[in-house]
Amino acid sequence: MSLTRTQVEGIAHLARLELTEAQIPVYVESLSRIMALVEQLSAADTGGVEPMAHPLAGQAQRLRPDEATEADQRDKYQRNAASVAAGLYLVPKVIE
Amino acid sequence: MSLHTLTVAELAAGLRARQFSSLDLTLHFLGRIERLAPQLNAFVTVTADRALADARAADAALAAGSAGPLTGVPIAHKDIFCTDGILTTCSSRMLANFVAPYDATVVDRWRTAGTVLLGKTNMDEFAMGSSNETSFYGPVRNPWDLQRVPGGSSGGSAAAVAACLAPAASGTDTGGSIRQPAALTNLTGIKPTYGRVSRYGMIAFASSLDQAGVLARSAEDAALLLGAMSGHDPRDSTSVDVPVPDYAAELGTPLRGLRVGIVKEFFDQGLDPQVAACVHQAIESMRREGAIIKELSLPSLPLSVPTYYVVAPAECSSNLSRFDGVRFGHRCDQPRDLMDLYKRSRGEGFGAEVKRRIMTGTYVLSAGYYDAYYLKAQKVRALIAADFARAFGEVDVVLSPTAPNVAFGLGSKTSDPITMYLNDIYTIGANLAGLPGISIPCGFAEEGGSSLPVGLQLVGPHFSESRLLSAAHQYQKLTDWHRRIAPGYE
Repeated sequence: MSLTRTQVEGIAHLARLELTEAQIPVYVESLSRIMALVEQLSAADTGGVEPMAHPLAGQAQRLRPDEATEADQRDKYQRNAASVAAGLYLVPKVIE
Repeated sequence: MSLHTLTVAELAAGLRARQFSSLDLTLHFLGRIERLAPQLNAFVTVTADRALADARAADAALAAGSAGPLTGVPIAHKDIFCTDGILTTCSSRMLANFVAPYDATVVDRWRTAGTVLLGKTNMDEFAMGSSNETSFYGPVRNPWDLQRVPGGSSGGSAAAVAACLAPAASGTDTGGSIRQPAALTNLTGIKPTYGRVSRYGMIAFASSLDQAGVLARSAEDAALLLGAMSGHDPRDSTSVDVPVPDYAAELGTPLRGLRVGIVKEFFDQGLDPQVAACVHQAIESMRREGAIIKELSLPSLPLSVPTYYVVAPAECSSNLSRFDGVRFGHRCDQPRDLMDLYKRSRGEGFGAEVKRRIMTGTYVLSAGYYDAYYLKAQKVRALIAADFARAFGEVDVVLSPTAPNVAFGLGSKTSDPITMYLNDIYTIGANLAGLPGISIPCGFAEEGGSSLPVGLQLVGPHFSESRLLSAAHQYQKLTDWHRRIAPGYE
């Protein structure tokens, strides 16, 4: 199966990835080859098979009591952010 | 005999007998790292000050009689584990300036056990790769031949331990990233059962597959270190509340009576004949020791690579959406607007392979394709898990080569992602089914004038780590492959 340039540009947009002009044909080719590999799955007889989302059968995600367990460490966490002010994360203006 | 070739068990005994101090050991390893790590590119960060502080604390504990079995033993962590106050990059430009604000549970547990942190090892970017060539910090080289890859994604951990720059190191394994580099560098590498080790603070790639484990120079060392990192953790919702056996105490279980399944799909035409010969020889050694060898078939297994390349990218595209240039990680200069901020920060911060996987995942999850790809892959995943479950009705472990080939040349597989992906053909099944797997050295192949290590893999039922480790240990009592050290690093 072959992906088009337009499809790859659409996927990159959905994934919020800027690609350079030179990268686009490389991804058109390699994503097409990966999808061709994935096509092998269509031959498998999966009639009546339940999809497997968790590798341990019967395991469910646990819930914990809704209790505050962590101390406030906002300042520490925000040291990794590019732009903060007054405890808030700054981004370019969203609403004019 | 030099300090750096001793096993973890031997080091721990020497520390207790006061033959050397943890500070002696730590200085010795830091000296080797300074001298030898650059040629391998094995470390992203060397934590010398932290190591010396850890060593002094360990010596104090040893003197006070409050030491545990691993107190004072130096280790390294793959740079995917968050380390409080220390750079944690995942070998990505995206996290090149990220100082983790807390310790991963694995880091916390090894620290509590008294180990000394030497540094953070290089890896494939976000653990996506099988050769350690996708790192933002450049490829890691294999101590057995510097022109070859060490395997990936835990390639820095593998190279560091194989070159005796650290006695052991942590790794993570999503599709073979502990076992395949262990095989390519003559190490023992174990990926435990999904949920056995907490993933808290381990930067996520594919959450239904990721699992932490150990790279070491013997099964005994792997047993000691796996025990110290395992166990239930309320901070990881997938961590299971199952007691951790004393792996080291159970190493004596003999090979006699062990039912070993040989999967015929694993010895197909893609397998290097020299690798096949080493593995067959190992099977014969086990048979002579009383293991019962049985041929069996896992008919859905050949679909494990295509299944993986739907499931793993799908989960990766979701997990890596957190890198938005806002809260942490790389942020582009002068964003025009919010969309530009997202797109350029991510476009600049992620390398080519990470972008490829994010886009593959985005595509298979997108409207109109979800059923055909993602749901279908989850169903085939169930078939693969059922194949293993059937096999474990007849045998205790499944034995195969770990990788279809020995370490390959740097750059030889980078132009074609599919060729690279097929390197994990024997290891991916265990991740899809959540099973534990171990790779152990079983011989050498001659290629291009180099003598290169060959590994074999044992896969067992859920929570059979003890059985895998004892089988590996018993095999290592019969052979000395695992004791061989790359020329120049003895």
